[in-house]
Amino acid sequence: MKRILFALLFAGISSASMAQSAQYEGAMTKQIALLDDYNNFNPQKLQELANTFERIGAAEKTQWLPFYYAAYCNVMNAFLEKDQSKVDAVADKAAADIAIADTLSPKNDEVYVVKSLIASSRISVDPQSRGMQYGMEAANWQAEAAKINSENPRVYILQGQSLFYTPEQFGGNKAEAKKKFELALQKFSTFKPASSIAPHWGERQAQHLISQIK
Amino acid sequence: MWKIINLNLFAWIFLPVCLMAQQKITGKITDSKKRPLPGANIAIKDTYDGGSSAADGTFSFTTDLKGEQTISVTLNGYRPFEQKINLNSPQVYNIVLKEVISQLNVVTISAGSFEASDERKGTVLKPLDIVSTAGAGADIVNALKTLPGTQQTNDREGLFVRGGTGYETQTFIDGLLVRNPFYSGLPDMPGRGRFSPFLFKGTTFSSGGYSAQYGQGLSSALILESQDLPERSSSSVGVSVIGASVGVDELSKDKKGSYGVEADYTNLGPYLDVVKSKFKPSVNPEIIGTSANFRRKTSSTGMLKFYGYGNWTHMGTYHPSLEYPGYNELFELRNQNVYTNLTYKERLGKGWRISSGLSFSSNTDDIHTDTLGKTAFTKINNLSSLTQARVMLTKSIGYYSSLRMGGEYQYGVEKGAFNSYHADYTDNYSAAFAEGDIYLTPQLVGRVGGRVEHSSVLAKTNFAPRVSLAYKMDAYSQVSLAYGDYYEKPEQQYLRFKPNMDYMKATHYIASVQRITGNYTLRVEAFYKKYHNLVKTSPDTSNGGTGYAKGIEFFWRDHKTFKNMDYWISYSYLDTKRNYLAYPYEVQPDFAAKHTLSVVYKYYVPSITTFFGATYSFSTGRPYYNPNLPDKQFMTQKTMDYNSLGLTVSYLTSIRKAFTVFVLSVSNIGNFKQVYGYRYSMDKLRREEITPNIPRFIYVGMFMNFGIDRRQDVINNL
Repeated sequence: MKRILFALLFAGISSASMAQSAQYEGAMTKQIALLDDYNNFNPQKLQELANTFERIGAAEKTQWLPFYYAAYCNVMNAFLEKDQSKVDAVADKAAADIAIADTLSPKNDEVYVVKSLIASSRISVDPQSRGMQYGMEAANWQAEAAKINSENPRVYILQGQSLFYTPEQFGGNKAEAKKKFELALQKFSTFKPASSIAPHWGERQAQHLISQIK
Repeated sequence: MWKIINLNLFAWIFLPVCLMAQQKITGKITDSKKRPLPGANIAIKDTYDGGSSAADGTFSFTTDLKGEQTISVTLNGYRPFEQKINLNSPQVYNIVLKEVISQLNVVTISAGSFEASDERKGTVLKPLDIVSTAGAGADIVNALKTLPGTQQTNDREGLFVRGGTGYETQTFIDGLLVRNPFYSGLPDMPGRGRFSPFLFKGTTFSSGGYSAQYGQGLSSALILESQDLPERSSSSVGVSVIGASVGVDELSKDKKGSYGVEADYTNLGPYLDVVKSKFKPSVNPEIIGTSANFRRKTSSTGMLKFYGYGNWTHMGTYHPSLEYPGYNELFELRNQNVYTNLTYKERLGKGWRISSGLSFSSNTDDIHTDTLGKTAFTKINNLSSLTQARVMLTKSIGYYSSLRMGGEYQYGVEKGAFNSYHADYTDNYSAAFAEGDIYLTPQLVGRVGGRVEHSSVLAKTNFAPRVSLAYKMDAYSQVSLAYGDYYEKPEQQYLRFKPNMDYMKATHYIASVQRITGNYTLRVEAFYKKYHNLVKTSPDTSNGGTGYAKGIEFFWRDHKTFKNMDYWISYSYLDTKRNYLAYPYEVQPDFAAKHTLSVVYKYYVPSITTFFGATYSFSTGRPYYNPNLPDKQFMTQKTMDYNSLGLTVSYLTSIRKAFTVFVLSVSNIGNFKQVYGYRYSMDKLRREEITPNIPRFIYVGMFMNFGIDRRQDVINNL
């Protein structure tokens, strides 16, 4: 009996710590599923998701992924923001989140991908004055990410997007963009996320953008 | 036995669930003015439990937690909130968040100044606005002439601000005074600014009430801040109807240093063969320019910069003589100009920063004038050089307040020769200043400072107090007041002959209201300026002159209402009189117009990647001197109103790998007649109109850029 109780007690302790990690995995899986659902791609839901990820991150303290996803939600909101005078504030939020992710997981290509997105989001505030500065910054983060992991398909999506959205006179090129998207899709076919909650977004965006190119 | 185990097991498994009776937590998040704050993140600290506030500020979530916990609320732009709560009893939490003080909601001193900067938020202009203003020809001063407070004095050198002359505006690059900021020009044909707007990341135009850091400008300061490291290496080529230019900018591999060289050649000869100017050129106007720069990051916060510039100009005209009808007057000019500037900036720790600089410049004008076949020719040779050093220390106090102090020393040589007659002098000028920007609250700032100056040629010392106050009423609006004394040495041509004069002095009083939102800018400013000790040349050269200027100015800019369109409107009302030079008493001077209006319009058509820009300027007539009138009616006659419409079209494309821009720019497209004044012969029988030598200028150019994407720069480079 003693032994059983001891065993149970022991099981209880280990399951408590297991439970915590399971709670993390569970919560993250649930939130990421919400993020993957296109119906939630609106400012209010993204804001709620960012807040939830931030809460998980604050409670966990050592996990980079919650802050990574919080930054991702916030930068998407920066892209969705229609009032240009508010874009910087939202991008600042994303930048604060990704800075935490960067310290928790240095030299991480996925973190650099989001940093590139944040720089791009700031261009819309004043493309004439900011295009050069933030365009360069975005490109630099893409290059840094590719240096760490040239197999990361999201790097190629970002490169393709830059080519896709930049007018041809400014160095944009739809045909080159298509090549990048195709390369990204090819990388997706072999890309294995590190875990079920590791970053895996982008395939749908790439397919959608390819369909836009005649 | 199993029962017991099962019971134990059940208890083990379900006990927590039994304890986890869910608790609902609700409440509302507002700011200090009870406005709801959506998007706030409400959390039970160190747990996942929490929620977000909705559009009306309310929130609601459930938690399984019990007992004493900490609730935390975070929202961007607000201070984090934490409070101990007890979850055993349901409660409604109404939480008030306090705003964080950020750059956007902190007041800045703005009376009298227009700033163009990419780095600072909430500025009225961007550096690109200066280069993309149609009709300005990428000239800083021409672009600033579309802002309130300035005069359309295109027959004279410099920026005429609020009843002041061009001499009363000083130009500073990285804090260092520029002795000859303009190309030397011909009579009635002033030279444009020497420095390309692309050299500067920040431009501040102050039409009064400016900081004690700057001196020797009675009316206005043009404060230019040079670029830091380029983003990437690049090279560029430009060709236009009047010349060509090449440039290289090289960023070092470690991205901590860069150098650049540029050369340009301008020759108006071929253009003037096709489009005749009013006066026949005696030589083809020619300009050769070169420049070099070097920049190095000396640490993560330190920066060393060098800029050097050399320029050679040769030009001349035949001007039908007013004194001797039928004869021509020749005026020929050779100019050499060298400008160098070395600056160093670093953070010293504990809130201290240093910025220091050295500069040497030299300017030589060789002028040859002659009424051909009638008088002996005259040679005029003017040489001026200026060597200076400046150090400024800044100490940050608390979050926003700061203290600045510094000193500068200038050694100026002014040599003037008129045939064999020489009138030279040198001046040792030294100045010290101290100034504090003191934030009483984030919304209320006072700037108090003073400046002491001594000039050896005048052998006099002055003290100039300066005070400004600004109060931010809400996120977008602020009011400002400014007061200050400004001293300036008399112009070189008077000091040469009478060295021991006194400083000229102006006292400024300014009140302004501005509202800057993401969509528009509105600014209204009223000023009063009192002049003392202006230079009189009659009956003797003295400091007996007086004067005043007062007025009200409006500025409106809107870049959101219409898609792809941006425009601004400036209006200035000016009431000014002065008694200076040979004036018999105080009158409205011949450079001042009562009403001035500018409209700047920019429109971009993305489908053809083409920018269209138009600038319209209007001012009422300026007084002119008619010697046939009695003294009582001195300067009572006025010229016709001034009208000008400039147009620019820039088409962007790429040729192979090079980003390419084609520019067509036409000044005074309506070919309006522009009369700046009249000049009378000695016998008062004949007079001539002072009008532009080339009334309408058509500019066509092409710019190619390799390597770097400097497209936006190039677009507007015309």
